[in-house]
Amino acid sequence: MTAWSLAQITLALGVLLLAAVPLGRHMARVYEGQPTLLGRPLRPLERWLYRWSGVDPEKEMEWKAYALAMLAFHLVGFGAVYLLQRFQGVLPLNPDGLGAVEPTSAFNTAVSFVTNTNWQGYGGETTMSHLTQMLALTVQSFVSAGSGMALLVALIRGLTRRSTREIGNFWVDMTRSTLYVLLPLSLVLALALVSQGVVQTFRGHATATLVEAAQGSDGSPATEQRIAVGPVASQIAIKQLGTNGGGFFNANSAHPFENPTPLSNLLETLSILLIPAALCLTFGIMVRDRRQGWALLAAMLVVLVPAILLTTAFEQGGNPALTAAGADQHASAHQPGGNMEGKEARFGIASSTTWAAFTTAASNGSVNSMHDSYTPLGGLVPLVLMQLGEVIFGGVGSGLYGMLVLVIIAVFAAGLMVGRTPEYLGKKIEPFEMKMAAIAILAMPLAVLVGAAIAVALPAGTATIANPGPHGFSEVLYAFSSAGNNNGSAFAGLGANTPFYNVMLGLAMLVGRFVIKVPVIALAGSLAAKKIAASGAGTLPTHTPMFVGWLLAVVIIVGGLTFFPALALGPIVEHLMLH
Amino acid sequence: MTTAIETVTAAPPQTSQPGEPHGRAPLVDPALLRAAITDSFVKLNPRHMVRNPVMLVVEVGAVLSTALLIQALAGHGEAPTAFILAVSLGLWFTVLFGNLAEAVAEGRGRAQAASLRRARREIPAKVLAEGRHGGSWAHLPSGMLRAGHHVLVEPGDVIPADGEVVEGVASVDESVITGESAPVIRESGGDRSAVTGGTRVLSDWLVVRVTADPGQTFLDRMIALVEGARRQKTPNEIALDILLAGLSIIFLLVTASLLPFSAFANHAAGAGAPLPITVLLALLVCLLPTTIGALLSAIGIAGMDRLIRANVVATSGRAVEAAGDVDVLLLDKTGTITLGNRQATAFHPASGVREEALADAAQLASLADETPEGRSIVVLAKERFGLRGRDLGAAGANLVPFSAHTRMSGVDLGGRRIRKGAADAIEAWVRSQGGSMQPDVREWAELVAREGGTPLVVADGARTLGVVRLKDVVKGGIRSRFAELRRMGIRTVMITGDNPLTAAAIAAEAGVDDFLAEATPEAKLKLIREHQAAGRLVAMTGDGTNDAPALAQADVAVAMNTGTQAAKEAGNMVDLDSNPTKLLEIVEIGKQLLMTRGALTTFSIANDVAKYFAIVPAMFLATYPALGALNVMHLATPTSAVLSAVIFNALIIVALIPLALRGVRYRPIGAPALLRRCCGATC
Repeated sequence: MTAWSLAQITLALGVLLLAAVPLGRHMARVYEGQPTLLGRPLRPLERWLYRWSGVDPEKEMEWKAYALAMLAFHLVGFGAVYLLQRFQGVLPLNPDGLGAVEPTSAFNTAVSFVTNTNWQGYGGETTMSHLTQMLALTVQSFVSAGSGMALLVALIRGLTRRSTREIGNFWVDMTRSTLYVLLPLSLVLALALVSQGVVQTFRGHATATLVEAAQGSDGSPATEQRIAVGPVASQIAIKQLGTNGGGFFNANSAHPFENPTPLSNLLETLSILLIPAALCLTFGIMVRDRRQGWALLAAMLVVLVPAILLTTAFEQGGNPALTAAGADQHASAHQPGGNMEGKEARFGIASSTTWAAFTTAASNGSVNSMHDSYTPLGGLVPLVLMQLGEVIFGGVGSGLYGMLVLVIIAVFAAGLMVGRTPEYLGKKIEPFEMKMAAIAILAMPLAVLVGAAIAVALPAGTATIANPGPHGFSEVLYAFSSAGNNNGSAFAGLGANTPFYNVMLGLAMLVGRFVIKVPVIALAGSLAAKKIAASGAGTLPTHTPMFVGWLLAVVIIVGGLTFFPALALGPIVEHLMLH
Repeated sequence: MTTAIETVTAAPPQTSQPGEPHGRAPLVDPALLRAAITDSFVKLNPRHMVRNPVMLVVEVGAVLSTALLIQALAGHGEAPTAFILAVSLGLWFTVLFGNLAEAVAEGRGRAQAASLRRARREIPAKVLAEGRHGGSWAHLPSGMLRAGHHVLVEPGDVIPADGEVVEGVASVDESVITGESAPVIRESGGDRSAVTGGTRVLSDWLVVRVTADPGQTFLDRMIALVEGARRQKTPNEIALDILLAGLSIIFLLVTASLLPFSAFANHAAGAGAPLPITVLLALLVCLLPTTIGALLSAIGIAGMDRLIRANVVATSGRAVEAAGDVDVLLLDKTGTITLGNRQATAFHPASGVREEALADAAQLASLADETPEGRSIVVLAKERFGLRGRDLGAAGANLVPFSAHTRMSGVDLGGRRIRKGAADAIEAWVRSQGGSMQPDVREWAELVAREGGTPLVVADGARTLGVVRLKDVVKGGIRSRFAELRRMGIRTVMITGDNPLTAAAIAAEAGVDDFLAEATPEAKLKLIREHQAAGRLVAMTGDGTNDAPALAQADVAVAMNTGTQAAKEAGNMVDLDSNPTKLLEIVEIGKQLLMTRGALTTFSIANDVAKYFAIVPAMFLATYPALGALNVMHLATPTSAVLSAVIFNALIIVALIPLALRGVRYRPIGAPALLRRCCGATC
């Protein structure tokens, strides 16, 4: 690893932590209903929205009502996205005259954006009209993120309230998340990105005449090239901030119109983890014990930092197959070296690997390099980060509530060992909580393992595997890990836009999102109804390095080790065969 | 099931060691072990196994592998017959060892309970037709007694059932229950009216109203708690079961998905054979948290057993766990913190009165006083001034006994009218005699009270002579015990009827965290509610009927066996030794139970995960020889890897049975240190 790589990584992490502190404070104020700087301009709009939609912001919900509101909201969202895709041919803002999206692809995409996965089975610029990109995809990018944050806030209320059945109002949490956090941040980021050259236009593609005729995809000679443009910056901003990852272009943030400069790359990288990191601190503030928030953030960093360093080291180490072919992959004064296959020359190794670790630690899924082209171990790291259950930062809101579910499981065993029935923040962990936590941790392995098992067992699944041997298996495993964890990044190489994969991955995304969300809301409800036990010297402290280590052991056992046999048959054996 | 219970009850009971719950008695005697081994086969019944999801999965795996074995014996084996045989045996033994752990724990608990139960063999009871002494009675076997029956018990009779004395006073030998040989007085009314079945009346007679139907007594309920089949799981056990079931399902998914994964790998690599189902079953059982699954119920039963060994009877397993959670202990001062009686330690004469004269008057006033306080005054006078006891009867003395109305006692002797009592009572007395309290006497009284003593003012007629200092004697070692509790995170609150000054001084001497002075039953109840509202769990002991509301409100309530029936009904544990300090031991037993459960869970999961690395690389060696690099344990063949893991998995259960039964040792060090120690021990 070069000093320059280390400097880039340190810069990214340092700025991230600096920015997370004020944002964490701001969000705590937003969710506790305290006045914020943005209140003056936005409060009237918020009030008007409630009046217009007939929501009484003072009326709180029990967990079942909260869950129903959430499910109903996403069902409507799903319908809207599906229909917009199917009818985009006859709808306005379609300058390139793109036709209706194929039904299973439309289903997959609708699920994908509603679940905050933003897996893209389609090529954006050749499939979706501007209207679909904006009204269907960008809108869902906002609200699917907002819904995750709302749920987290409900869970925090469950932990802090005592002897009540109410956990907040879904519509209010949703509105405030979007209005006071996601929209302002996206606006600022979109403008910053436009300044760096990210395109933002309603026009159709531009046409350039080629200096030298090339061969088209159908074999005929091509003399001109269509350069796709559109309302890109506005979508990229929320794509990064809301851990969505669904880009405008097929190449995602490797495309120069989505991510043109090193500065835009840094901003986009930071945006991936900004809200998830800040939410840890928001959590600490809202539970009136900031150490709890820092402990969770520390736990996440303890996994993230080595992950970045490892991927960077593996990629910088280069590919022995390329060395055998005579390529020089050593860093020198003339070249940065390393395995540059699938990476943008303008970003190099460190910026690509940092992004890869960030985007898979968070359930973002946007890419600025092609993970499929990483060395086996370099690609193993992002895969493992997803398989940990997207709790190392994870999705906005969803990452932290996922982590809190694991905290409950960690507290259970550790609490017993100090001779008390387990409790977290004074809330006793009893059979109902454990049942909900167990369902939540079951959902992901179910979606990933069953999905991948069916895919490799059926001809429909194996037919579109492009690479032979263990790498082909890694591709399938990666696809289901990405879908089941609502990440959305792709290992490419797998032809996933087929009816089989569209449906299977769609189902995996639904299970991975909602079979966790509903138990989490139930957990919030049952925790809120409990008393808060006083803490003392006999209570297990949950902010110490000891507990952080304990929690990570649980994360690794529940998430990571589940996939050890599968990983052994994929990237691990691939690595061993390569050397 | 019934047969199993009978086999074990027939086994000789364990020798009990009251007051020594952590004693290192032999864990299991051979007869008990033989019965337990039979029992572990009986427990293979799926209807029993269904209570334990993890072990049920193992049993299903064992049945499956046996079916595969039969297939192999028929010549269509998917793997070598010997291998399948070895795996099947490994799986069956895993299930049997789990059952054995439970059976041994049950046997030990039952043996312990049986030794208590022997006290209640069938005895003829004299049932009074009219329910009062002197009426006619008829013999009825004790097993036929119902609540509400009135029985007559005469000298030499064994009290046939738990009940309440409604008439009479008698001395009762309760040594079968408490091990204490000195007889105790039982009388109707008041706080000494409860009698326990099996104890023997030594003198006089009692009419006892039976308060429990057969099978409903405390002891019966306790026995049910150690019998696996009827034992109700505590919420904590249920939560742990759910967690283990969740993990089991995940591991089931892992193993099942390996079948298509490995088939795809074989196809892609063009090498290797399909994975035998036997290997997958073995992998599944190795991954399942079998260690804790097998030992979970044994841990719970052993916890109850430790409680019986401490001579405490609990009505639910939940109460024992709650004891581990206790944040606040309410302790009665008298008997728990201090020795039951106050002792005279000094004479403080009024000015112009010789100390010896004061001692002489105090001794005269106390000669007829049979209370421990009175006797201690006589002893002190003798020690200090050699004053001997005198025969008051010969001197024509008129004894004035203590009465609640006057709150004084004393003697009228040859024109002297000596009285001793509380300062305000004596002040009223001297005033009625036309005198007044000397100022320095009042000062002495206040000083003594401030220092935690009880001042007893002595007056002769209208003249106050001085103050006798009575002092509560704090039990030896209690201070360090409270310091331990503080390190465990438990606050101690002393409850006393004393005035706040006295209470504060004793509280400081004993090292309690807080005290409640001039406590009334209402004040006690209020204190408990306040602590509970602040989220704390409260434990207390009590014996009187007026303790009942507070006992019912407390989370852990230990009633003294000598207490009233009302107190016993209100509490959730009964201490057969009637030793209020036992509460501290109960807390430790509760904590130990939870810690053992936690430590074995952690060990089990960590241990199962380690087996991954032994088996998984070996499984796929045929497909991808490159995976040999991960074979860190250098196991020679895939079959040896699988077999050694299965065998280890079964044997570790047996190896940990003693730990499950004896429990992890508890040390009063704060939670973080405990966690560190526990982790160190398991990982």
